[in-house]
Amino acid sequence: MTTVQTATEPYNLPDERGHFGPYGGVFVAETLMEPIEELRLAYQRYMQDEEFVAELDRDLQHYVGRPSPIYHAERLSRHFGGAQIFLKREDLNHTGAHKVNNTIGQALLAKRMGKTRIIAETGAGQHGVATATVAARLGLECVVYMGEVDVARQAPNVLRMRLLGATVVPVTSGSKTLKDALNEAMRDWVTNVDNTFYIIGTVAGPHPYPAMVRDFQAVIGRESREQMMAQTGRLPDALVACVGGGSNAIGLFYPFIGDTAVKMVGVEAAGDGIETGRHSAPLSAGRPGVLHGNRTYLIEDDDGEIIETHSISAGLDYPGVGPEHAWLKDSGRAQYVSITDTEAMEGFHTLTRMEGIIPALESSHAVAYAMKLAPTLSKDQQILINLSGRGDKDINTIAVREGISL
Amino acid sequence: MSRLTAKFAALKKAQRTALIPFITAGDPDPEFTVPALHALVKAGADIIEVGVPFSDPMADGPVIQRASERALSHKMSLRRTLDLVKRFRQDDQDTPVVIMGYLNPIEAMGYEAFVDEAAKSGVDGVLTVDMPPEESSDLLSLFERAGIDPIFLLAPNSTEHRIRKMGELGRGYLYYVALKGVTGAGHLDLADVDRKVRQIRELTDLPLAVGFGVKNAETARAIGTLADGVVVGSALVSKIEAAAGHSAQALTEIADLIASMRGALDAPDSNAV
Ligand SMILES: Cc1ncc(COP(=O)(O)O)c(C=O)c1O
Repeated sequence: MTTVQTATEPYNLPDERGHFGPYGGVFVAETLMEPIEELRLAYQRYMQDEEFVAELDRDLQHYVGRPSPIYHAERLSRHFGGAQIFLKREDLNHTGAHKVNNTIGQALLAKRMGKTRIIAETGAGQHGVATATVAARLGLECVVYMGEVDVARQAPNVLRMRLLGATVVPVTSGSKTLKDALNEAMRDWVTNVDNTFYIIGTVAGPHPYPAMVRDFQAVIGRESREQMMAQTGRLPDALVACVGGGSNAIGLFYPFIGDTAVKMVGVEAAGDGIETGRHSAPLSAGRPGVLHGNRTYLIEDDDGEIIETHSISAGLDYPGVGPEHAWLKDSGRAQYVSITDTEAMEGFHTLTRMEGIIPALESSHAVAYAMKLAPTLSKDQQILINLSGRGDKDINTIAVREGISL
Repeated sequence: MSRLTAKFAALKKAQRTALIPFITAGDPDPEFTVPALHALVKAGADIIEVGVPFSDPMADGPVIQRASERALSHKMSLRRTLDLVKRFRQDDQDTPVVIMGYLNPIEAMGYEAFVDEAAKSGVDGVLTVDMPPEESSDLLSLFERAGIDPIFLLAPNSTEHRIRKMGELGRGYLYYVALKGVTGAGHLDLADVDRKVRQIRELTDLPLAVGFGVKNAETARAIGTLADGVVVGSALVSKIEAAAGHSAQALTEIADLIASMRGALDAPDSNAV
């Protein structure tokens, strides 16, 4: 067994006010300053609280089904003739994606804070389902905001949320996708701050959200480190994860940040291709600005208006990205690449046919990049893909794209 | 002394309450804005807030969201908003103008270029909804050098500590958001406003304008008895929307609303607090 490389330089971001270098921070209207401070203090307190942590761990084990396995995709690896490909199976979590790791944590916090009403935004519907699920279990009222465009393309998840007792509110403003759902959730929060907890679904929003969501998702990376050591005797050479807001990616990356020999690659959605302008890849093709409470890379025009994004996967269709990714990009610790809709579909079909695992379209972006990376590496090298979710929710989208009638 | 500070001082001397209309630049189209600003002044406005349209107006209700969308459909932007203010200034050197919007267009333009251009255009104050004082030091020093007043928002849940801080960093006036909610919301509670306004006044000497939920002459008058200034936004923007592009009609209606509020604020017993 080779030794585990530990942190060579201490990494302790964000700072007290939520900054990752020039990124992050708290950029919200005055009415939200006090509730955000209340949340920050509660989060700080309960992450140190043994009872809270024990309850969270119990729920992750017995309700979510953690630890999620790591699977060696041997047939896929052989097919590409390069690095060994491993999958972190977040698709096997209860509700079918990594999103529930975070909603469990935030909902427990909401309960401790005495909030009776939960709101959330959702794109693919996975975060909405994961929120509606924990709200049902804790008996909390739940309202989910979802862009009208996404309501149409993720219909099965809309039904799941409604069955779970949530009110799904279609958002008709702006581009009618995830960013507009987030705007609407913020407006609800500002109006109902006294009894409402806003469960943000990714590492975006004002501090403490990016740090808090990361900490709840970091269970992915902690398990992965142990499991890779146990199964292969060493750490992977590269981590690959798709990046929408960036929560599954940071969850995997964070515990490896000090392991400088482990390459970290975030995969953004190139949509029709970066050069067409129809994409969702702010780190690859955007520039820094301020949106949804933090400073980060954004897709915007010269006037600073946010531009409509495009991706085949609703969960990646977002013009911003978590501020910690902006920092990891600038500092060079992580690399960010992009994968088109067409390449993602190839990744989807290849994994499905070779390993009998149907990935979410979001996760298919990570798979597609790993397919490019694997042949450039040797057989004794290892790539770990975060398989962030399962693809059942996407079969309608795929049917439409491929002209199949159901 | 800045144009805003001078205006509040003069109004105080005359025992009058500032009437502060808000409209979105470029709504319903760019040609409407400059004539509308002049019409508002003529009808009795003391200070004008001009909204800069933004693609993601998180703190605004549906009325101002739609105004933003109409303006953006005509390619209105921060730079063009400043151009409109400059055109207004050619014929009006007295009325203070505050531009109100979100931070990202300012980030995109660049802080220095923005402050420079705003000062040249005759902007007196800048209110950035999503830029709390904690994140504003770079912009504040540029404002100071250019003689532009930073206007900060206060909310029903602002703590004493924050009220003091805003009192120190703000210039011109403070803007009290009278309810927890977005612009255009309708649940104003006057007793609550009264209580909070008294608290704010104990903590800072800056003039205090109150907005959010001011819909008509009656609410303007009720708020006017509590504050140094009354801001009216969504009610005006609704009139512009309802006129559906008929500019002459929209101009008449917004002028009438402001004139009725002016009348209510100036009625003899409105200063009898
Ligand atoms: C399965 C899956 N993966 C990834 C994402 C993207 O989010 P994030 O980048 O925060 O992991 C989503 C979002 O809905 C998702 O459902």
